[in-house]
Amino acid sequence: MSTRVAFSRFAPAVTRAHRAPAFAARRAALVRGYASQSEHTLTVRDALNAALEEEMLRDEKVFVIGEEVARYNGAYKVTKGLMDKFGEKRVVDTPITEMGFAGLATGAAFAGLRPVCEFMTFNFAMQAIDQIVNSAAKTLYMSGGFLTCPIVFRGPNGAASGVAAQHSQDYAAWYGSIPGLKVVSPWSAEDCKGLLKAAIRDPNPVVFLENEMLYGVSFPMSQEAMSDDFVLPIGKCKIEREGSDVTIVAHSLMVARSLEAAEELAKEGVKAEVINLRSIRPLDIETIKNSVKKTNRLVVVEGGFPAFGVGSEICAQIVESEAFDYLDAPVERVTGADVPTPYAINLEAHAFPDAPVISKVAKRALYRTN
Amino acid sequence: MASLARLRTGIARARKIPFPRTLHTAADSTVLQDDASHSEPFAVKLHEESFKSYRTDAPTLDMTVTKDSLLKIYKEMAVIRRMEQSADALYKQKLIRGFCHLAIGQEAVSVGMVNSLTPDDNIISSYRTHPFAVLRGGSVVGLIGELLGRQCGISKGKGGSMHVFTESFQGGHGIVGAQVPLGAGLAFAAKYMEKPVATYAMYGDGASNQGQVFESYNMAKLWNLPCVFVCENNKYGMGTAAERSSSNTQYYTRGDLIPGIQCNGMDVLAVMKAVQHTKDWVVNGNGPILLEFVTYRYGGHSMSDPGTTYRTRDEVQRMRSTHDPIRGLQRYIEEWGLASEEDMKKLDKEAKADVDAAVEEAKASPFPEEDKMWTDIYVKGTEPPFMRGREREEIHVY
Repeated sequence: MSTRVAFSRFAPAVTRAHRAPAFAARRAALVRGYASQSEHTLTVRDALNAALEEEMLRDEKVFVIGEEVARYNGAYKVTKGLMDKFGEKRVVDTPITEMGFAGLATGAAFAGLRPVCEFMTFNFAMQAIDQIVNSAAKTLYMSGGFLTCPIVFRGPNGAASGVAAQHSQDYAAWYGSIPGLKVVSPWSAEDCKGLLKAAIRDPNPVVFLENEMLYGVSFPMSQEAMSDDFVLPIGKCKIEREGSDVTIVAHSLMVARSLEAAEELAKEGVKAEVINLRSIRPLDIETIKNSVKKTNRLVVVEGGFPAFGVGSEICAQIVESEAFDYLDAPVERVTGADVPTPYAINLEAHAFPDAPVISKVAKRALYRTN
Repeated sequence: MASLARLRTGIARARKIPFPRTLHTAADSTVLQDDASHSEPFAVKLHEESFKSYRTDAPTLDMTVTKDSLLKIYKEMAVIRRMEQSADALYKQKLIRGFCHLAIGQEAVSVGMVNSLTPDDNIISSYRTHPFAVLRGGSVVGLIGELLGRQCGISKGKGGSMHVFTESFQGGHGIVGAQVPLGAGLAFAAKYMEKPVATYAMYGDGASNQGQVFESYNMAKLWNLPCVFVCENNKYGMGTAAERSSSNTQYYTRGDLIPGIQCNGMDVLAVMKAVQHTKDWVVNGNGPILLEFVTYRYGGHSMSDPGTTYRTRDEVQRMRSTHDPIRGLQRYIEEWGLASEEDMKKLDKEAKADVDAAVEEAKASPFPEEDKMWTDIYVKGTEPPFMRGREREEIHVY
């Protein structure tokens, strides 16, 4: 309990303090990069908030349930203002009781409601994983198509900053392995808005993996993305940067790190193609294959552990496909280190991919050593 | 700790009576008030120790019944028992795979509950639920077909014994205790949509110790959900007697601020009364209530358990011969002059014939077509472009 209070109260502040210089620079670069295309910018947090609000306005059956979502305005303020707009019937503060409220939300979905079940972080959802995997994901199949479960499980996932091992884990591979679930891992504000709206409208259970370190980051929003009808397809990735020399595939925060690496590589004359996965399941392997056929080299970047991960799966699927014949180098994986996330700032930095390590590996795939 | 353990065993031994001292569990102790009419409802009175209560009043003992309803209930109980016996036989013939949990001995609970509820009410339970699937809109063919893994199965042969669902029975869940928060969720949805229905979230004495059961109690009380938490106490969670699993075996008192009723689960009339009472309680906005049925399972936990290592044969024999819910109802019907022994035998024969015919029909149903393996993973029309089989060339394209 004490960890939790400390975590939710102080983590955002700590994050800001730690990350401020590097992050602010990256953020500015990103926004500048797109500034000519759009006048709107939105933080990931506000994009998620807008998606929730629009879908709650659109469908009375959508409600938000989780710890601190209502009066506290959300541990990370994603649900800010929703209680004032929709009342406590549709924005439900729960006790600290993950297995209980995840099961309750799943039952409500069986009865035809469309719950958005927030976990304060996906680390706490491990207490409830049986309800997500066994109750939500499998009941449609086991009932021969009888009982549908239109629910979204959402919350921050992956390593945050300075919160150590129990609060720093990427669950993309865990949920990504379960048939019956859809799993989304967005990066930008557009991703977040379009995919959360799609997740809420989807009649299947969707695990929606956000990233705490992206909540405060601003992104440009197209006119289209600002509209109430903006929905992105689950199961399609997005080519964020076109290139012809090497394909870098990443999801969530690692898209930003990969784009930074691509920028560095460009200075050395390497044209990297960066693919934002957006969805973990279904996995848009076609787009990756087509890119590999063009570049002949593949680097997969993720914040999760290396073993049995998203990178492992993409590598396996490429090796199993006709794209294998187009590879001119072994598939490379850049992942979190195979260690419980350490607390100390230098050790933590060493445990996750950054732009230099991504460019180093991309160059290795190109057989360039300098 | 060691001394505590010794003390516990001591207490358990001292309390060797299989049922709490005051709750009455005879199946045939309801008495007729005046005359039993063949056409009009008539009054009966339940045994005065049919119920115990916690933080609330017990249901009254007076109820009215009709001849037709009693005969219908008798027929349903006979069909359910015959169906479970057929499942037992089919399992032994190796026609049923995997796990199979039978509710023989517990018929008063399922049949009594269903006869006091409307199809709009919700019932959700765990894995000993064949009767509910049949009584809440399914059929014996569909249930047996599911056990056999056939096309006609209630879940198209994809769920098996533990995973059976109908419009008014929300399963059929295999993870012990997980159905309880799901049930609280059904009640949450009913309240959200302002539907005046009750949700019965059922679990056994074994599952009652799962943390998520208490999590569900807490949320239900906090939010005043129209949920009846039903502990079907058949005295053993697998092979562990209630006294060996639960520090408090008075399951109806375990909801803290939530009131509770304990009910004789062997007398179908007491079950019906308790269900009417608890349904009124929750739909009238009183919040959740606990309902414990004290019942008994004649067979083992599942088909692989002979059910004799953790209880005596005498105990089972005594329950079968003196507390049987079907024989109890039969006695009411005959003693109250509603039907003769011959009439009852005829009903038994009909039940047997109905079930036997259903078994044959289910056996004739083919196994599911192989491409049905790929349906219902996702809602039709929202699937991924393809799913992978066992190797890279086994691909199902939607």
